[in-house]
Amino acid sequence: MAYSDKVIDHYENPRNVGSMPKDDVNVGTGLVGAPECGDVMKLQVKVNPLTGIIDDAKFKTFGCGSAIASSSLATEWLKGKTVDEALAIKNTDIVAELSLPPVKIHCSVLAEDAIKAAIGDYKKKQAAEGKTAEKVAQPTA
Amino acid sequence: MRVYFDYNATTPLSGESADAVMRATRDIFGNASSIHHFGQQAKAVMDDARSAVATLVHAEASEIVFTSGGTESDNFAIRGAAEALESTGRRHLIASAIEHEAVLNTLRALARRGWRTTMLPVDQSGIISPDRLREVIDADTALVSVMHANNEIGTIQPVAALAAIAHEHGALMHTDAVQSAGKIPIDVRTLGVDLLSLSAHKFNGPKGAGVLWIKRGTKMQPTVTGGKHERNRRAGTENIPAIAGLGAAATLAARKMTAEAARVSALRDRLEAGVLRDVSGTVVNGARDPRVPNTTNISFERVEAESLLIALDLDGIAVSTGSACSSGTLEPSHVLKAMGLPSHRTQNSLRFSLGMFSTEAEVDRVLEALPRLVDKIRGLSRKTALA
Repeated sequence: MAYSDKVIDHYENPRNVGSMPKDDVNVGTGLVGAPECGDVMKLQVKVNPLTGIIDDAKFKTFGCGSAIASSSLATEWLKGKTVDEALAIKNTDIVAELSLPPVKIHCSVLAEDAIKAAIGDYKKKQAAEGKTAEKVAQPTA
Repeated sequence: MRVYFDYNATTPLSGESADAVMRATRDIFGNASSIHHFGQQAKAVMDDARSAVATLVHAEASEIVFTSGGTESDNFAIRGAAEALESTGRRHLIASAIEHEAVLNTLRALARRGWRTTMLPVDQSGIISPDRLREVIDADTALVSVMHANNEIGTIQPVAALAAIAHEHGALMHTDAVQSAGKIPIDVRTLGVDLLSLSAHKFNGPKGAGVLWIKRGTKMQPTVTGGKHERNRRAGTENIPAIAGLGAAATLAARKMTAEAARVSALRDRLEAGVLRDVSGTVVNGARDPRVPNTTNISFERVEAESLLIALDLDGIAVSTGSACSSGTLEPSHVLKAMGLPSHRTQNSLRFSLGMFSTEAEVDRVLEALPRLVDKIRGLSRKTALA
């Protein structure tokens, strides 16, 4: 199967490989896939609390070249987007950008799932943080 | 330096074989069935090739049937035997679970048409136990098909013992010798089989040329029907250039086999030992003995095989995951699965297969690249949860 130049570029020079502290309230972590299926993707976003914009994104992926390229591309796209804009990224956008063949579409689906999971985790943390902040705030009010 | 360690997928033509193909293409155009001079020229080329293949597997020339390759030979062996025996009421076919798709899918096709089929299981050694065959063979069994050497892990099967059991029960025995022919000595009488498939392009011959050896006296229903070619066993004007190349490849393989087997197995062992030494978390899949001299299949912990395959390819090194026919699919290797390996080990294994043009410098080049590339890939994934 032929890999597109863009897949090979991301594969050879993956962008934003790494990890951010999971406990940071401004960091959302998505972990998707299953080892027995061959692919596991961890994707993290860090949201600027002042602007609501994704400042940083990181990934770690166990998978084929297409899975690595899909997650690398996703982190590139996430940076500079708001949380809601990030949720609008579709797997079909990734398929188109990387020219993924049909047998590799699941890699792009995994990347979209990872984005949604990371944003979901971020929102959950923010909601919990909000509640804690209220509780802390109550006695002084 | 580009390194090709995927000889089990296909091999480069030897100079001798390329010359034979060229000569037959350029100088011989006659139809081997024609009585005139041009036809007889073609027939002479074919007769020489037939003798050369017969010598390679210690058969009689009249038992050699030329086909388009291993897949056709396997189809012919199974369908031809099954249909020839259909009227006797023998409607049961047995094959091992680690056969090539050419055998497995032919059995599946016959199963859809009412034949009973049984797959012989295999353990982690990748070697079929004759006891498993004893458990499933019965008076209805028409044919047992077990490959001589496995394409993915290289293990050599106890074909002679299996053939003896098949014959005790009145069944025919077929072996797909596509991965062993030209690499290790084959004597069809010692193997005790009735049918044997081989393919030229696996031992430095051209694509599109194969053989089904049919033991004298074995009743077969032709699967390609038409003219009286190949003693009424396989119709169609013969592919003389490819057959000439097959003959030259067989002659060369027979002449150099002992020396080549020793040379190639030394290279393979150097590669295998080097990988196990220099790359952590590696293990060889399947028994190391008995095995064809050119093949090793290695699992790399915490590495997705296709990812490593691409990294190696970008580094100028060609290897494979599983069999080439199934790459492009997401299915893990059916061979490693049948051996009972856990799912992660069927996803993280690479096959290195060496051959005629492989050198020690190439082995060392791979041993230089592998630790670096494996480290890089492991650096891209999380450390936990993935064995």
